[in-house]
Amino acid sequence: MTTAIEVSKLVKSFGRTRALDGLDLTVRTGEVHGFLGPNGAGKSTTIRVLLGLLRAEGGTARLLGGDPWRDAAALHHRLAYVPGDVMLWPNLSGGEVIDLLGRLRGGIDPKRRTALLERFDLDPTKKGRSYSKGNRQKVALVAALASDVELLILDEPTSGLDPLMEAVFRDCISEERRDGRTVLLSSHILAEVEALCDRVSIVRNGRTVETGTLAELRHLTRTSVSAELAGPPTGLADVPGVHGLDIQGDRVRLEVDTTHLSDALVVLTRAGIRSLVSQPPTLEELFLRHYERDADDARPAGTPAERGSATGTQPPAAADSPTGTRSSAATR
Amino acid sequence: MSALAGTGTLTRLALRRDRILIPVWVAGLTLVMVASASSVDSLYPTLESRRQLAAGLANDSSVLAIYGPANALDTTGGMTMWKPGGLVFVLIGLMSLLIVVRHSRAEEESGRLELVGSGVVGRHAPLTAALLTAAIADVAVAALVALGMIGVGAPAAGSIAAGLSFAACGLVFAAIAAIAAQVTEGARAANGLAGTVLGLSYLLRAGGDSAGSGGASWLSWLSPIGWCQQVRSYAGERFWVLAFPVAFALLVVGAGYLLAARRDLGAGLVAAGSGPASAAARLRSPMALAWRLQRGALLGWAVGFAVVGVVVGSIGNGIKGLIGDNATVSDVLTRLGGRGGVIDAYLSTVLGMLGLVAAVYAVQAVLRLRSEETGLRAEPLLATRVGRIGWAVSHVAFAVLGSAGLLAVAGLLAGVTYGAEAGDLGGQLPRVLGAALVQVPAVWVLAGIAVAVFGLIPRLSVGGAWTVLGLSILIGEFGPLLRLNHWAVDVSPFAHVPRVLGATPEVQPLIWLLAIAALAGVLGLVGLRRRDIG
Repeated sequence: MTTAIEVSKLVKSFGRTRALDGLDLTVRTGEVHGFLGPNGAGKSTTIRVLLGLLRAEGGTARLLGGDPWRDAAALHHRLAYVPGDVMLWPNLSGGEVIDLLGRLRGGIDPKRRTALLERFDLDPTKKGRSYSKGNRQKVALVAALASDVELLILDEPTSGLDPLMEAVFRDCISEERRDGRTVLLSSHILAEVEALCDRVSIVRNGRTVETGTLAELRHLTRTSVSAELAGPPTGLADVPGVHGLDIQGDRVRLEVDTTHLSDALVVLTRAGIRSLVSQPPTLEELFLRHYERDADDARPAGTPAERGSATGTQPPAAADSPTGTRSSAATR
Repeated sequence: MSALAGTGTLTRLALRRDRILIPVWVAGLTLVMVASASSVDSLYPTLESRRQLAAGLANDSSVLAIYGPANALDTTGGMTMWKPGGLVFVLIGLMSLLIVVRHSRAEEESGRLELVGSGVVGRHAPLTAALLTAAIADVAVAALVALGMIGVGAPAAGSIAAGLSFAACGLVFAAIAAIAAQVTEGARAANGLAGTVLGLSYLLRAGGDSAGSGGASWLSWLSPIGWCQQVRSYAGERFWVLAFPVAFALLVVGAGYLLAARRDLGAGLVAAGSGPASAAARLRSPMALAWRLQRGALLGWAVGFAVVGVVVGSIGNGIKGLIGDNATVSDVLTRLGGRGGVIDAYLSTVLGMLGLVAAVYAVQAVLRLRSEETGLRAEPLLATRVGRIGWAVSHVAFAVLGSAGLLAVAGLLAGVTYGAEAGDLGGQLPRVLGAALVQVPAVWVLAGIAVAVFGLIPRLSVGGAWTVLGLSILIGEFGPLLRLNHWAVDVSPFAHVPRVLGATPEVQPLIWLLAIAALAGVLGLVGLRRRDIG
């Protein structure tokens, strides 16, 4: 099997609120898939549908080859889940919760359990009510990571963890990937997503607005260019995909859709480049653009993004262009 | 007084959160009193009929144990204060302790108090606000009962004394809850602790009041409920007795504040110990988890039922000695079928009440499902191979088997105590045990309804299940007094429990009750399978 999770056109409403409005999500077996979106975008709702806790009203969801609602108990043998809000039974110790949850999944590996407790620096003898938020999170993480399962579903698993533990978490997920486990990781921590995820899906208002590798997503956005020219440029405003053009004498600042970067550079070169700084969008910019409410209306670059998701995320041809977007170039 | 800063705001917040709960309690308690008072007049219109009734009841130590000292039973006010008043004292205590724990320890446990406490809120403001909220509810009951009783024609002085004694009783248990909320880390445990004190007060009073003049009647004076009943509303009010509960409440509240000042937010005086680093081998199923979560409560309830069983059994024997040569008593006696008949009627009544209490246990055991769900603890569990039905059954099993077990414990101990003292253990034990166990199907109906509401309309599970239970208690205990229609009385499953003692028990109603319980339970489970979790 090559897809662990296959969700298409998922719809779910709570009263008058439409939480999921035709959401798509594909997670390939063996990949770490980032699941991103602003608060209330529908990430946790999707996860709950995948866990068979909520019943979808429309669309289809397949999980590990089964129906998450009908085959819930059988599928749950093969997955482990870490909720965003971990609540423990006040009178059970952390160690008891780890063992219980592990046994109720596919079983628990005692060696891994011991190792993880040590790595996460977690005292398993404390009672549930005396753990801090971060430590409750660690209990759920250790229980999930020590369980003998093929799929990990993690809903903001590092909220409340200190930076040290966050690093431990990243190491653990990297190891999981090496071992061939599939991970669905909902997160707001962009550095974490960048370090761990093979592919990401960005959702907003219950729909998927973007999906692909981070490199692909970067291609779908704008590069900002600032240049010092030998003379005033002509025809820059006519280049397709150029936005926010700001010409101050022989200094030019502009943003250009990455697909049209070379067109813009041709015009600039004609004017004679003295210095050039081209900056690919940072992850923050990438996400902020998608998170903003009216991003689509304000910035036309949102259009190819949506086309990308609708047609199965084919990156535009320019993605292969050697201009690349990973590096910024400065010449004089 | 910076320690009390923010008390007003917190009190308003508590009243806003309880804008349905408190009015329901207050209206319920008031209505029971006023409606009973107005029906006494029509039930016993002549003075002679009242005198007869009063003479019969006042000499029956078993009913004295249940309702408290009988004073001025030939007046409307006296009769109402005794029955249902004797039970209203317990209920107002329960209301007050639940309110205080709900707004102090429960808020603290949930972490919400931390958020509130970071504002301009003094150290003692949360506890004070909780106590004030309970006091407001108590005073509301007092005022409405006093006005209502005057409204149905009872003397003003007695009505005011009645209202004040109810309020005093409520304040005592609000104060006790204020201490309980400092001692434990969990709201459940705090409720249990304060509830235990309430139960002990009732038992002390029951022991003292049933002992008669020659016995240990001083026991009643050790009980806060006893003090409040010793005010003797409508029978030459002794307002000075109110000083006992009021002074006691003030002392206890003071102790509560002292304890509160000595601990950290979130901590209890009883520190939480550490637990095992790994789980025992048997903790590997939803049933094992439910056992871990519910065993403490079940044990506490079992101890309570055991104590009550012993008390019930020994009072049953006391009845024989107390009944004298009084002609009226003999009349009543004969009508009830002789001495054995009186004891049987007493045992049936008490065990019927225990059935209602067992239903309280069953309903709260079922509602554990809902609190696990809303507390987000069900979600990770249901994301394992635990199915919804398996999870639900693990807790419902406690409602079903636990409630039957509790009634068995009480019936067994009552039977042994009564039978041993009567010198007829072999004959009495099966009868008394049977009279206890015959309640089980009715208890299961209420548990089944709770499961049905939880599965079909989860939002209403807590309110709905308790309302159905409350109505059953109201109908069962006060239905005849309130002169409800026959069909209204029949709504309560307990109205269909056949008599076992002194009668040939009918089996058919039991089968019906079992069928209804099973149907409701299955409906609930089917609903749970089809609905969203969370």
